[in-house]
Amino acid sequence: MLTFITPAPAPETQTSPLFTECCPAGFPSPAADYTEAELDLNDYCIRRRSSTYFVRALGDSMNDLGLHSGDLMIVDKAERAIHGDIVIAEIDGEFTVKRLLLTPRVALQPMNPAYPTLYPDPEHLQVFGVVMSFIHKTRSAG
Amino acid sequence: MFALADVNSFYASCESVFRPDLRGKPIVVLSSNDGCVIARNGLAKLQNIKMGMPWFQLKNARLSEKVHVFSSNFELYASLSNRVMAHIEEMAPRVEQYSIDEMFLDISGIDSCIDYEVFGNQLREHVKSGTGLTIGIGGGISKTLAKSAQWASKEWPQFRGVLVLTPNNRRRTEKLLSLQPVAEVWGVGNRIAKKLATMGITTALQLAQANPSFIRRNFSVVLERTVRELNGESCISLEEAPPAKQQIICSRSFGERITIYESMRQAVCQYAERAAEKLRGERQYCRHISVFVKTSPFAVNEPYYGNVASERLLTPTRDTRDIIAAAMKALDRIWREGHRYAKAGIMLNDFTPTGISQLNLFDEVQPHADSDQLMKVLDQINHSGLGKVWFAGRGIAPEWQMKREMLSPAYTTRWSDIPTARLT
Repeated sequence: MLTFITPAPAPETQTSPLFTECCPAGFPSPAADYTEAELDLNDYCIRRRSSTYFVRALGDSMNDLGLHSGDLMIVDKAERAIHGDIVIAEIDGEFTVKRLLLTPRVALQPMNPAYPTLYPDPEHLQVFGVVMSFIHKTRSAG
Repeated sequence: MFALADVNSFYASCESVFRPDLRGKPIVVLSSNDGCVIARNGLAKLQNIKMGMPWFQLKNARLSEKVHVFSSNFELYASLSNRVMAHIEEMAPRVEQYSIDEMFLDISGIDSCIDYEVFGNQLREHVKSGTGLTIGIGGGISKTLAKSAQWASKEWPQFRGVLVLTPNNRRRTEKLLSLQPVAEVWGVGNRIAKKLATMGITTALQLAQANPSFIRRNFSVVLERTVRELNGESCISLEEAPPAKQQIICSRSFGERITIYESMRQAVCQYAERAAEKLRGERQYCRHISVFVKTSPFAVNEPYYGNVASERLLTPTRDTRDIIAAAMKALDRIWREGHRYAKAGIMLNDFTPTGISQLNLFDEVQPHADSDQLMKVLDQINHSGLGKVWFAGRGIAPEWQMKREMLSPAYTTRWSDIPTARLT
């Protein structure tokens, strides 16, 4: 089977930055081009802006994660949840924070061990997104 | 080859993204000032709630199921629209935003590596995974055909939201056009459809088969272009496109990337000017201005940055200066140094029609509180549900503060409004 690769009918002009440094072969220049900009928390916490949402945790804070009521959770909606992920699950019309287990069966573990683990029907399980990180402010809001 | 991506029941769907309790419930969105229905989801349509139904009528209507009503939340809609757009841009390099919930994609050549409809389904999946919103996709060799295909994909559920009309299957295209009422064709509408009906043209196919010169003589060059587009000739650019219903969008991809703030200011200024012109051409005033900027999602070694900011005005305007001022404020909030911007644009929202022009009233008529005639006119305007007028001397009347009693939180643009999730 021959695969035909056709050129784009109206190619856009591509510009590329011109490197003014010569790069001696075999040894990377220590002054090689890099951008210095102030560190930004966005780059640290957010991988995909367009599918990232902020959600606030609310309720009883007894959990081993250190996730407290009022903490800011950074949620990626497009991320496919894997076993062990902290997720925002939709239960009884509400967003809840749970740990998702996929083996031996689909389970939603509560943040607080005093509450029961749920075993939802995998077909009907609605997950809003995966909590990628959360921020806890050590000084209470003033 | 064009594809049109259209979000299903956009405003109503936005209201349910962060409300898991509203999945599967009828939702309705009201115009600004809670005047009338401007959006309904499928379930609300089943309750026979019509577009444009006044709020007071709906409030008192007998309905079989509770309907959830929201005031329009343009901050939320602009934010989610930007996210939908960002997702689509990740999969197709040439995307033009037509309205707040419709985007045209240039998908020429994609069929060399993937079937058009498979691509359409992937696009749907991608947008849904990142935003929770469902898009319908129509494809065709002209924008008008893409729009007809998109209409069909909504009309007949067996297409499952994706329908692409390819040029090698002309019969399928003609079959579809024969089933589409001519009023549903892009750029036609009820007024033109009535006149076409008197000439025996009631379906899109009949319009396609009409003589283009005849159409030009009896209607306009614009309709002639529509006829040619229905026959597979792409001749309508987005600049000459029929105006979108309730928004105006002006945006451009930059030939050369923009890195300097001043250049971006100039570009956004230009878009603001053009948008204001279009606004006046539509005889509308707007109250909500959004500005978006983005780098290319395909640039190598460049972190992607895209953002949108909105300004809400107290009084509706169509003055270029007001719109530019608002656009500059919004731009300042999202401009970041060090990025090579590939695209920027402006979106005007929340329109009110002409006739509610407080400023004109004050120019032409000296308000005398005793003047019965004037009072009568004022009262008529104030009670029409379309807006309120007051005397400048009185200061801003508290009643003027727009009624937005059922406004949902700005889930993605205000820290105080972000959604919450229970820990237990």
